[in-house]
Amino acid sequence: MNDKHISTQFDNELSGISTRVLEMGGMVESQVVQAMYALTQFSGETATQVLRIEEQVNAMEVGIDRDLSTIIARRQPTARDLRLLIAISKTIGNLERVGDEAARIARTVQRLMNTGVSSKMRLPVGDIAFEAELAIKLLRKSLDAFARLDAHAALQVIKQDNEIDVEFDGLMRKLVTYMMEDPRTISASIDLVFCAKAIERVGDHAKNLAEQVIYVVKGTDVRHTPTDDIESAVR
Amino acid sequence: MDTKVDLPANESVKLSVRDLNFYYGSFHALKHINLDIPERKVTAFIGPSGCGKSTLLRTFNRMFELYPEQRAEGSISIAGENILKSKTDVTLIRAKIGMVFQKPTPFPMSIYDNIAFGVRLFERLPRVEMDERVEWALKKAALWGEVKDKLDQNGASLSGGQQQRLCIARGIAIKPEVLLLDEPCSALDPISTGKIEELIHELKADYTVMIVTHNMQQAARCSDYTAYMYLGDLVEFGATSDVFTKPKKKDTEDYITGRFG
Repeated sequence: MNDKHISTQFDNELSGISTRVLEMGGMVESQVVQAMYALTQFSGETATQVLRIEEQVNAMEVGIDRDLSTIIARRQPTARDLRLLIAISKTIGNLERVGDEAARIARTVQRLMNTGVSSKMRLPVGDIAFEAELAIKLLRKSLDAFARLDAHAALQVIKQDNEIDVEFDGLMRKLVTYMMEDPRTISASIDLVFCAKAIERVGDHAKNLAEQVIYVVKGTDVRHTPTDDIESAVR
Repeated sequence: MDTKVDLPANESVKLSVRDLNFYYGSFHALKHINLDIPERKVTAFIGPSGCGKSTLLRTFNRMFELYPEQRAEGSISIAGENILKSKTDVTLIRAKIGMVFQKPTPFPMSIYDNIAFGVRLFERLPRVEMDERVEWALKKAALWGEVKDKLDQNGASLSGGQQQRLCIARGIAIKPEVLLLDEPCSALDPISTGKIEELIHELKADYTVMIVTHNMQQAARCSDYTAYMYLGDLVEFGATSDVFTKPKKKDTEDYITGRFG
């Protein structure tokens, strides 16, 4: 398989922009990890750090978008080059939103701390941490699939997103029980509902990323498609 | 090569190519080509130099017959008639299937006569009707506004882009059914190219257009169907929107993404 363009400069541009997408992916991944640390340890300092990375992530999204326009204008890409660039444009949008979700959690941590909630209230943050672990793992897998343009790995991500959804539903039931048993925890529990929802969204974004990988590799748009059909597209 | 012809069911076929082989002496330049050209659509032929795309275009109006050592086998049917075997006068075939070449080829005569010359070969028109025909052809070719006040000037006095549009006007003046364009824009600047591409888009309302081009973006911009050829084989034929986003064959993909060679 001959993967090199006649123009090595074009190859450099494509691999350069792909590398930066992965770099951005690494940044938002660490943002989610840190946001969860801030939540489980009630660390205001880490929460602030998450919000600081947010600005870098936003700048990165704008920068990659600008380079995408330049490459499209100069190279007029076709076929899988075109699909790669379109997928990158969507991927960085998704990554930026993962960063937003991490920032949402960080701001929730700040608010909880300001209202005097502490780890002594024994909120079920451990369950959210478990949900978050699944989501972070999924995000990492989808970035790996993008790096290797591996449609099969991407398919696994799409299938596993369900696990997070199941976990989220269980967490909701648990938080409702908490609120019923001790109405003093209602305010904090609602904040945790939003955190759990943010984590669930991270899983969805990882799934979107995986769908873009399949689009690049197979040329099939598998968004809003039943898993069986996605499987046959990948095969 | 495979003999399957992919064409959406809703298209009607203008030209039908079956097992077409072409030889330059002993050199086998086109190998078992099977292809249906959809009516009133633009079909582009792309491929590296020497792939046979211009050769294929030249078989459609038997232009190759000008050279004794060249021969074609197989069939090219238009309305059920094999034009390769046909007893019909080749001039009549060329009246039905017009051609415009890479370099503008205005005749050394006035702009008016450049258009009227071809018409006179097939029709005897009264002066008024000839005037109308010339105006109609020049308007179709988007040249009327630029030349209407100097129809008696020599065709060679026009710019390259205008000359090429003059040649297209000459081609359509005899009201052909099919128009063959062999690299019609390769000698033109981007503005003239834009005008000709616009013209191609308008022409397909009345004609079946086939275009050979080295400029892949041009094929992507102005064609409905694209055929990719390589070393005399038809590698892939499909809707242009598919060929340029999701080609079926790896070879096509490598060529259009610039990974070839």
